[in-house]
Amino acid sequence: MQPIIRMTNIEKHFGSVIALNGVTVDFFPGECHCLLGDNGAGKSTFIKTMSGVHKPTRGEICFEGKPMHFDDPREAIAAGIATVYQDLAMIPLMSVSRNFFMGNEPIKHRMGLPFFDHELANEVTMKEMRAMGINLRGPDQAVGTLSGGERQTVAIARAVYFGAKVLILDEPTSALGVRQTANVLATVDRVRKQGISVVFITHNVRHAMAVGDRFTVLNRGKTFGTATRGDVTPEELQDMMAGGQELATLEGSLGGTV
Amino acid sequence: MTDATNSDERIKEMSRLRRALIRPELGGMVGCVAVFTFFLLTASDSGMFSSTGVLNWSVVSAQFMIIAVGACLLMIAGEFDLSVGSMIGFAGMMIAIFGVTLGWPMWMAILVTFAICIALGALNGYIVVRTGLPSFIVTLATLFILRGFTIFIPQTLERKTIIGGITEAAEGDWLAAIFGGKVLKGFFAWLGDIGMISVFERGNKVGQPVVDGIPMLIIWALGLVIVGHIVLTRTRFGNWIFAAGGDAQAARYVGVPVERVKILMFMFTAFCATVFAVCQVMEFGSAGADRGLLKEFEAIIAVVIGGALLTGGYGSVIGAALGALIFGVVQQGLFFAGVESSLFRVFLGVILLLAVILNTYIRRLITGER
Ligand SMILES: Nc1ncnc2c1ncn2[C@@H]1O[C@H](COP(=O)(O)OP(=O)(O)OP(=O)(O)O)[C@@H](O)[C@H]1O
Ligand SMILES: [Mg+2]
Repeated sequence: MQPIIRMTNIEKHFGSVIALNGVTVDFFPGECHCLLGDNGAGKSTFIKTMSGVHKPTRGEICFEGKPMHFDDPREAIAAGIATVYQDLAMIPLMSVSRNFFMGNEPIKHRMGLPFFDHELANEVTMKEMRAMGINLRGPDQAVGTLSGGERQTVAIARAVYFGAKVLILDEPTSALGVRQTANVLATVDRVRKQGISVVFITHNVRHAMAVGDRFTVLNRGKTFGTATRGDVTPEELQDMMAGGQELATLEGSLGGTV
Repeated sequence: MTDATNSDERIKEMSRLRRALIRPELGGMVGCVAVFTFFLLTASDSGMFSSTGVLNWSVVSAQFMIIAVGACLLMIAGEFDLSVGSMIGFAGMMIAIFGVTLGWPMWMAILVTFAICIALGALNGYIVVRTGLPSFIVTLATLFILRGFTIFIPQTLERKTIIGGITEAAEGDWLAAIFGGKVLKGFFAWLGDIGMISVFERGNKVGQPVVDGIPMLIIWALGLVIVGHIVLTRTRFGNWIFAAGGDAQAARYVGVPVERVKILMFMFTAFCATVFAVCQVMEFGSAGADRGLLKEFEAIIAVVIGGALLTGGYGSVIGAALGALIFGVVQQGLFFAGVESSLFRVFLGVILLLAVILNTYIRRLITGER
């Protein structure tokens, strides 16, 4: 099977900081690929090069077999790559439905002029939020009045709605309660079965093991290796993420996949 | 699960009151009612509500509205423009230089002036988004630069700082009429004939109504308010304006072209300032180097009274228009009531402070901050 996204030798420098130093990973349709790693390992930077926020300093991105250069995130979203960012990208003063469609507002034409289709936006927002297990007071409720977990759920619902081919989740469960977390993991499972490629960043190995098909560990801007489900135990992943001196022994247990 | 429903119920008790309060226009509406009640009670016999009186404060309010619409959308997009007043003086002077000193046809003078001023607005915006400097500083620099040129250019060319003769130069010009003309003249003549409004009883205009039409200035103001309101609340671009001012980084993540939105809003502000300037020189028949002084602050005050947050991301064009109306009515009302005009500034300061306090409170209601 052909990977939907192939990232080859991606480097990203911020001035003198080398955030990514040659990362190569493939993502396949219908697979949930977990990205793991320490704080500051470069996970968020890596997915931002996939979602069009950052242009890689070096390296190549192939999307559906063709080299791809996203100039901005709109192009990525238009191509079917949607992202839940770690800091959510929600605007507290704006309503839930305005946030939901921010950057991709539905349009209806009146007298030949394009208008924001608020009815459709409100309807879709309420429906998608209900599907995620959150009952909103109304689509015009300001995001600022939502709890942290509810906000995260809006961001996830938005990405699921727009992620026709690739869904990137950067620590989507960090603020969620038990029921909402289960809901998100179930959603990941559901969209994966629809053939969507899911990129799932988490620090929680139990969550990773629950839905992940493959696991890539990033460390100080490099890939530490990709392991397939079944080849690696939760304990090994845990140790690998913990970093430090255990790393050497862990490399062995990854068995040739490095 | 119970938690979610519980918190819902907790909020619902407040929701009706909150919903009424969480409107950016609230302050402007309350202010308008208060101001009109006040003047109806205290100044109704001063001629303030006669047809000429109404025209008088309508024109002044419309002037404020024109620049408030631009300032409002720009503030919602998260930026300020302090160069509006200088831009008004500069645009007026350019029209006089092109149309009178250089003798160009008036329509050409107006169009070229629009092009120059909108380009200057774009430059303001470009510098702000490129350098990441606060727009406050960048446009403060523009304020001085433009004012300086507005005095320097006519002094060098004409050895004076007021250039007249615009009325003659604009005679019969189609574009000048769009800014300086009047509409509904026939309707007002009819109103005069049937005695709805008073007519001149002496002089060379005897028999004609004292108000002979609606100045184009008012039409421009209403048009800009309506278009601004629709663009802001009913279009995709309006959502981008809110997003750019609410949180530029978040907006960028989802693909909102924040830089483009901000630059366009600077250009629109410059456009509004130029509309103001053209209407003004057509009305006065002259351009002066000191025109537009302090207008940037008056625009910002009107916008804040209208409920916009200084920090961006929240506000309303209708609110800003109401703020401008309050402004115009109070300024002219004090004049009609014979109150010392310096007290107008006291009023401005007080109402600005009240508006900002109210806005901060409303913001807390919306975002749930404490
Ligand atoms: N815009 C930026 N400018 C400069 N340095 C940056 C920028 N973004 C990220 N970095 C640096 O790049 C490195 C990787 O950051 P990144 O956010 O990708 O880490 P992460 O793996 O997502 O960490 P976490 O688990 O804490 O989210 C960090 O050292 C960070 O300081
Ligand atoms: Mg991160």
